[in-house]
Amino acid sequence: MALRSAVHRLLVLPHRCALVSACRAQGTAAATRHDAERFEQKAKAPKVQFDWRDALDLEGQLTEEEVMIRDSFRTYCQEKLMPRILMANRREVFHREIVSEMGDMGVLGPTIKGYGCAGTSYVAYGLIAREVERVDSGYRSVMSVQSSLVMHPINAYGTEEQKQKYLPRLARGEILGCFGLTEPNHGSDPSGMETRAKYNPSSGTYSLTGSKTWITNSPVADIAVVWAKCEDGKVRGFILERGMKGFSTPKIEGKFSLRASATGMILMDEVEVPEENLLPKVTGLGGPFGCLNNARYGIAWGALGAAEFCFHAARQYTLDRIQFGVPLARNQLIQKKMADMLTEITVGLQSCLQLGRLIDEKNLLLIIIKNTSKSCTKKKKNSLGKIDHNGNK
Amino acid sequence: MSGRVLVGVKRVIDYAVKIRVKPDHSGVVTDGVKHSMNPFCEIAVEEAVKLKEKKLMKEVVVVSCGPQQSQETIRTALAMGADRGIHVEVSGKDYETLGPLQVSKILAALAKKEDAQLIILGKQAIDDDCNQTGQMTAALLDWPQGTFASEVSLEKDGIKVVREIDGGLETIKISTPAVLTADLRLNTPRYATLPNIMKAKKKKIANVKPADLGVDLTSRLEVLRVDEPPQRQAGMKVETVDDLVSKLKDAGKV
Repeated sequence: MALRSAVHRLLVLPHRCALVSACRAQGTAAATRHDAERFEQKAKAPKVQFDWRDALDLEGQLTEEEVMIRDSFRTYCQEKLMPRILMANRREVFHREIVSEMGDMGVLGPTIKGYGCAGTSYVAYGLIAREVERVDSGYRSVMSVQSSLVMHPINAYGTEEQKQKYLPRLARGEILGCFGLTEPNHGSDPSGMETRAKYNPSSGTYSLTGSKTWITNSPVADIAVVWAKCEDGKVRGFILERGMKGFSTPKIEGKFSLRASATGMILMDEVEVPEENLLPKVTGLGGPFGCLNNARYGIAWGALGAAEFCFHAARQYTLDRIQFGVPLARNQLIQKKMADMLTEITVGLQSCLQLGRLIDEKNLLLIIIKNTSKSCTKKKKNSLGKIDHNGNK
Repeated sequence: MSGRVLVGVKRVIDYAVKIRVKPDHSGVVTDGVKHSMNPFCEIAVEEAVKLKEKKLMKEVVVVSCGPQQSQETIRTALAMGADRGIHVEVSGKDYETLGPLQVSKILAALAKKEDAQLIILGKQAIDDDCNQTGQMTAALLDWPQGTFASEVSLEKDGIKVVREIDGGLETIKISTPAVLTADLRLNTPRYATLPNIMKAKKKKIANVKPADLGVDLTSRLEVLRVDEPPQRQAGMKVETVDDLVSKLKDAGKV
C-alpha cells in the first residue's frame, strides 16, 4: 500500500518528484543537481499521465470522427438507455422503442454504404457496440442482430430489390429482424439442420418447414433471415415476413440472463416464401458464418464495454465501502484484482482496435476474429466475478 | 425572413471533470483534461439549426475562437446541423488572455463580414461564467439583444423573446438584426447522429486570424492568482434556539 501510494504521488504530483528523488540521492551533490535538472525538465514538458480509464491511450489512436461518434452515442446510451435497464432487466421487458431510437441515431447497420446507412468504419461499429453493452448485453444483442445478422446478409447476399425493400426500414429501426440458424437439435452443428425448403415450380415459392430456437428478437420481429436446407442438400438463406401463413414465433420466458432482450423460437409449418425472398448470392454455411463473424467482431468490443462498466463500478464500490474501519480498496488482493482487470481490458481493447483497423483496411481472416471475441468475453466474465459479495454490479 | 445566423461556440473543460488548480496558481490544469462544447453553446447551436429546419433562416455558420483543438468543437456543431464553420485562430499567450471583450470584437467583425441577421450565443461559458460576450457583441454592433432566452419566435416585424429573469419570465420584442443568448430551457440539444457526423467531415471550416478582422487582442485584465474555494468546514449542532442565536451573535452574523 505504501509503495502504491508512493507510485501514485510520483505519477500524479510531479512537483513532489524532486523531493522524493532528492531524499533518495542524499549524500552526492552531483546526484541532487541531476535530479534538480530533471525536475526542471519535467515541470516544462507536457505530461502524459497514467489514466486508469484509458491506460494505453486508445483515445489517441482513434480518428476525430470515431471519437465524435463514440462520444455522441455514449451520451445517448448513458442518458436514454441506462435509466431503463434496471427495471427492464428485472421485469424481463424488451423496450421495442430503443430500436427506433438507435435507428434515429443512425447506428444500425453502420458499416453498410448507402440505403440510409451511415457507411462508417468497423472501428466505429466496435465503439458503438462497446457503448451499448456498457449499459446492457441484451441491448447490444438486439443491435448486433439487427446490424450484423439481418442487415449484413441482405446487403452481402441479397438482390438489389431486397436491399431497397428492407435495408432503409431496418436502418431506421422501423422494422426489426431476427436470424434463424440454431435449431433445438442442432446448435454446434448447424450443418445437421433439419429445416427444409422445398421448391414449388408452379407457384414460384419455397415451402419452409422446421423450427429454430434461441432466436434473439424473434417474438417481436417483423422479418426473419432463416437458413434452411434445400433439396440439393445445400443451405440457403430466406427472408420470411411476419404474417406469412405457418410462421410463428413463441417467446422463451424465464431467462436468467439477457432479460432485457426478447428471445424466442421460429416455428415454420409449410411457410410459403416467394422465390424473390431467397438470398441468391450465397450457398452453404459460408453465408451464416459470414454473418456470425461480423457480429462476433462487435461482440468482442461489446464484451469489453461490459467489463469496463463492471471494473469502474467495482473500483468505486471498493473505494466507498468501509469494513473494519478501512475501504475495501485498501486490501492488496482487491488491488491485484483491479490491476489485473485494468490490464486485461486495456490489452483487449488494443487487440479489438487492431482487428477493426485490419478489417477496414484488408478484410480479415476468420480465425483472428474468433479468438479475439473469445478472449474478450472471457475477460468480461472475469471482471463480472470480481464484484463484491453484496452482489453489487 | 431568410438570412444567415452566426453561432458562437466555446471549447471548455467538460462539465463532469474535477477541476484542479495548477501548482503555480496561475490557472487550472487543462493539459490532458477532457474538453467539450460549452453546454449553453450546444443549446445555441440547436436553436439555430431548428430555425433553419423551419426555413426561417437560410444558413447556420458556427464560429469558435481558440487553438487548433477548437476545430473539434466546430465539427461537433457541424454534426448537429450547422452548414459551415469559421475557426478564428488564437493560441499561446493570446489564448490565455482571451476574454469576452476580445471575442465580442471578433464576433462583431465577423457578423459584418458574413452579413449575419442573427447572432445566437450561449448565455455564459461554464469555465469563466462571465455572461458578457452576448451583451458586448450587441453593444459593439449597436444591435438589440435578447438575453437569457427560454423561448424565441421569429415574427414578421421582429423577434419575440421570452427571457428568464429573477422575477419570472419577461417577454420582449426586438427588431432584427439582433443578438440572442440561450438559457437552459430554450431547447434540448439533439444527439449528433452517425450520418450527420459523417457528413460533417465534408463541411468547410474556414481559418481566420484575428488580425485579418482588424481585432486587437490585448487584454485589459490580468489574472493575479487562482485558488481553490476554501474547504467546507464542518457544521455545528446546537441544542436550543437561544444557543443558535448566541452563536450567530458571536460570529457577528446577527
